[in-house]
Amino acid sequence: MSEATAPDTPNPWRRRALLLVPLVVAGGAGLGFYAMLRGLGTGSYDPRGVPSALIGKAPPDFSLPPLEGADRPGLSAADLHGQGRPVLVNFFASWCVPCVIEHPQMMRLSRAGVPVFGVAYKDKPQDSLGFLQRHGNPYARLGVDLPGRVAIDWGLYGVPETYLIDKSGVIRWRWAGPVTEDTLTQDLEPLLRRYA
Amino acid sequence: MMRLLQALFLALLLAGPALAAVGDPAEQLPDPVLEERARAIGRELRCMVCQNQSIEDSDADLARDLRRIVREQVAAGRTDAQVLDYLYDRYGDFVLLRPRFTLATALLWGMPVIALLGGGLLILAMRRRAPAAAPAELTEAERARLSRIEDGSDRPIGGVGGTAANGPKA
Amino acid sequence: MIPELGHFALALALALSLAQAVFGLWGAQRAEPRLMAATAPLAIGTLIATGTAFACLMWSFAVNDTTVSAVVQNSHSAKPMLYKLTGTWGNHEGSMVLWVLILALCGGAVAGFGRKLPSTLQARVLAVLALVAVGFLAFILGTSDPFLRVWPPPMDGQGLNPILQDPGLAFHPPLLYLGYVGFSVTFAFAIAALIEGRVDAAWGRWVRPWALAAWSFLTLGIALGSWWAYYELGWGGYWFWDPVENASLLPWLAGCALLHSAIVVEKREALKTWTVFLALLAFGLSLLGTFLVRSGVLNSVHAFANDPARGVFILFLLMVYVGGGFALFAWRAAAMAPTGVFAPLSREGALVLNNLLLCSIAAVVLVGTLYPMFADLILKQKISVGPPFFNSATLPLVVPLIGAMALGPVLPWKRARLWPALQRLWWAALGALAALLLCLALEGQRIGPALGFAAAAWLILGAAADIADRIALFSRPRAALARARGLPRAAWGGAIAHAGLGVMMLGLAGMGLATDRLALLQPGQSASLAGYDYRLDNVQDVAGPNFSARRATVTVTRNGRDVVVLTPERRSFPVGRMTTTEAAIHTTWLSDLYVVLGDERDGGAVLRIHHNPLAPWIWFGAAIMALGGGISLSDRRIRVSAPAAKLARGEVTA
Repeated sequence: MSEATAPDTPNPWRRRALLLVPLVVAGGAGLGFYAMLRGLGTGSYDPRGVPSALIGKAPPDFSLPPLEGADRPGLSAADLHGQGRPVLVNFFASWCVPCVIEHPQMMRLSRAGVPVFGVAYKDKPQDSLGFLQRHGNPYARLGVDLPGRVAIDWGLYGVPETYLIDKSGVIRWRWAGPVTEDTLTQDLEPLLRRYA
Repeated sequence: MMRLLQALFLALLLAGPALAAVGDPAEQLPDPVLEERARAIGRELRCMVCQNQSIEDSDADLARDLRRIVREQVAAGRTDAQVLDYLYDRYGDFVLLRPRFTLATALLWGMPVIALLGGGLLILAMRRRAPAAAPAELTEAERARLSRIEDGSDRPIGGVGGTAANGPKA
Repeated sequence: MIPELGHFALALALALSLAQAVFGLWGAQRAEPRLMAATAPLAIGTLIATGTAFACLMWSFAVNDTTVSAVVQNSHSAKPMLYKLTGTWGNHEGSMVLWVLILALCGGAVAGFGRKLPSTLQARVLAVLALVAVGFLAFILGTSDPFLRVWPPPMDGQGLNPILQDPGLAFHPPLLYLGYVGFSVTFAFAIAALIEGRVDAAWGRWVRPWALAAWSFLTLGIALGSWWAYYELGWGGYWFWDPVENASLLPWLAGCALLHSAIVVEKREALKTWTVFLALLAFGLSLLGTFLVRSGVLNSVHAFANDPARGVFILFLLMVYVGGGFALFAWRAAAMAPTGVFAPLSREGALVLNNLLLCSIAAVVLVGTLYPMFADLILKQKISVGPPFFNSATLPLVVPLIGAMALGPVLPWKRARLWPALQRLWWAALGALAALLLCLALEGQRIGPALGFAAAAWLILGAAADIADRIALFSRPRAALARARGLPRAAWGGAIAHAGLGVMMLGLAGMGLATDRLALLQPGQSASLAGYDYRLDNVQDVAGPNFSARRATVTVTRNGRDVVVLTPERRSFPVGRMTTTEAAIHTTWLSDLYVVLGDERDGGAVLRIHHNPLAPWIWFGAAIMALGGGISLSDRRIRVSAPAAKLARGEVTA
């Protein structure tokens, strides 16, 4: 290698520093990717999950008619506070397979005395009724949202979804997907205790 | 088990987009100008249950519902910003395909300028080096070697400056 | 038996690559001619071993060998033979084998075509290629073995995603990988140059053909993918700024900057640091793409099955190769002294600007693609970065780039004056202005398409002006033809490639003027769009090899005369349990007529009809760009490197 000249750069260290930039950027990105991969494993990083925009806010104003034949009153925004304890709002449908899977957890919660309110999302009333007759009815109140508009006001993007609203009527938690036993014990029950 | 359930949930949500993204003529606005505005707004909104598609490009149920809402709002005379705000209030940042300009996205939106300026400064900084300092004077041994090369008795090695027969013209 | 053979061949390839890496690096470091000479035969051996492994895998797919788990998961006896074969790479494991096959091909090519390289350089290049191969073969054998067996074998496979059973998509991965992996060669040249501490004009001349080849294939691969999306996905879109699409665009941008930058190294011995960096960057971005697609950190339609364990392995490889490359760069690049001096306004200056703009565009795309992931990780915020952002953010950078593309080639080296150069382009500027005004006049205030047409005219006429200037067409017309024949192919290649982008801009601008119509038609009813009438004749059931479909027959007429009969379909695939749409497209020189079948209701069917002016020119333009690259590649001056001097016995070329 011919080192014919000592390049008399005014500032050789500056050049060296600049040459290090790609390595530093790549290293930083690499650390980030590693953290993401670890997070994928633990569940703390979820590229597919979407947080609710309503966390920390009051639920939208709405009023839904009751389900004929279910022997439960309808659901409106006023019912979501003043209960003296946190309440759950569960969006479900008879055509939704994960809803069937999570239903036992809803029954369990209702038997434990937690107020669980249901919204039948885009479901024909007779189908919802059949669903509840087959799998049980945990809901203290039940609204029918056939066009699905109220659900959009809640920021729903699929069923099932479950929202936890605290005593003062503020949404504190949203779970998109079926509430499994793990979700119940690890996430929901601590929250119910916290906002009790 | 949890994974399976999540997969089922997603499968349900994603079953939609596989179908034809065609839409329904009955849902289009009668006024073509308003319809075009509604489409332009729709292209700014993400279909939450699809993979990186706008609500205009997807036939998922949710996308259809959101398209209906956009058209209702446009027909009711709302501005583009108001319609986008309506959906932002319900779905948050994720639904906007054009991220809002906040402190968190400053780096993102500033990138074109940062890259251009940064690159430009870099180029200037590198050029500020002494412009290829004239080669140091040759030593005696090097001078002798140079004359041998010029005589052809000592072939250069490597690529540059080979014999005239093979050097390509620039 | 065959799968075992394939598995063994992969292990053999790993061993040979390891030897190749060690012999090459050690031999070059110690100037041991025999060790260095061993690398080329080892590269050929690796190629044979990898080729055998790939052939065994393809054979397993061809005969639907359900004892091989990759076949079970991704194939089915009812698939047409073509798709059985191309299904070899339609899954994660098989596509990785294709990846290393192409890497081995590159090694073989360097061994074969690089005999005139100095032996240390060739040895080091082959060694670096082998190092990359070692990493990925270990990855395959460790985490993604395509030859894993299933016993007892199931009756049949679980079928391939029907969307992938398509000629365009079948050939999209090989072309794309030829591009991605092709940049490994330029990467290897850069590493070798850094180790050696020398970058000179010869190095520039050797790097350029490899960069051109990789870039041309990548252009074709991306264009094929885009064209596929256009005709398959059913709504006429062709580029979505999806993270995986961006992952292919990034190495393309870096590779484009590289092949231009290498010209300056070759001709003027300047921009050495830039060029080495770009060579490292292009392959680094290819590897980043590999990581993003296969690790599960991305939310995208394209992503393969997500497995964080594989992700960690690939991330490790990425850090070793890219991190190692950049570390070497930081350590050694300071030693490279440029000797060329040039004024800011000159061909070199234009190429610096070109580098800057292309790298800025790449930076914007990179940051935009990674932002949602990092915002989620660091800020715990979910934001979306979609087409509106990318279109807005890249446009201000693309416009000056297009301006420079016509101006650069007509600037002289070292020092130029602006006005004479602009004068050579006066009719290109005039053409651009005319196109702009014409479009505004005919189509109204559609500023986007108007700018697109202006850009297209500027590029195409600018390329013509470049050639005309070189052959002195207007000043000394009589000998112009002779001069044209004597003009080096690289000059033609460059002009054609630039013009190709202009043609693509024509297509993009035309698509900006596209119109569409949604109509519910009863049989016998018509809808009209852009002067064409579309009459729905009927909708029938049809059956295909592995699907059943509803097919609509639509007769298209213009001014009463029949133009074409289109048959859009909706297909149901029982095995994959999916439904796809097959759009019916009639392509003419001037436009695409595009019809999609929607729901059937009330005795009629919903049709979505598109009129896409100039759409075919988008991909035609891309093909022309790749053709330009190919023509440049065929320039004899590029491929013939200066011969190494005759050596004294045992002496080693530097």
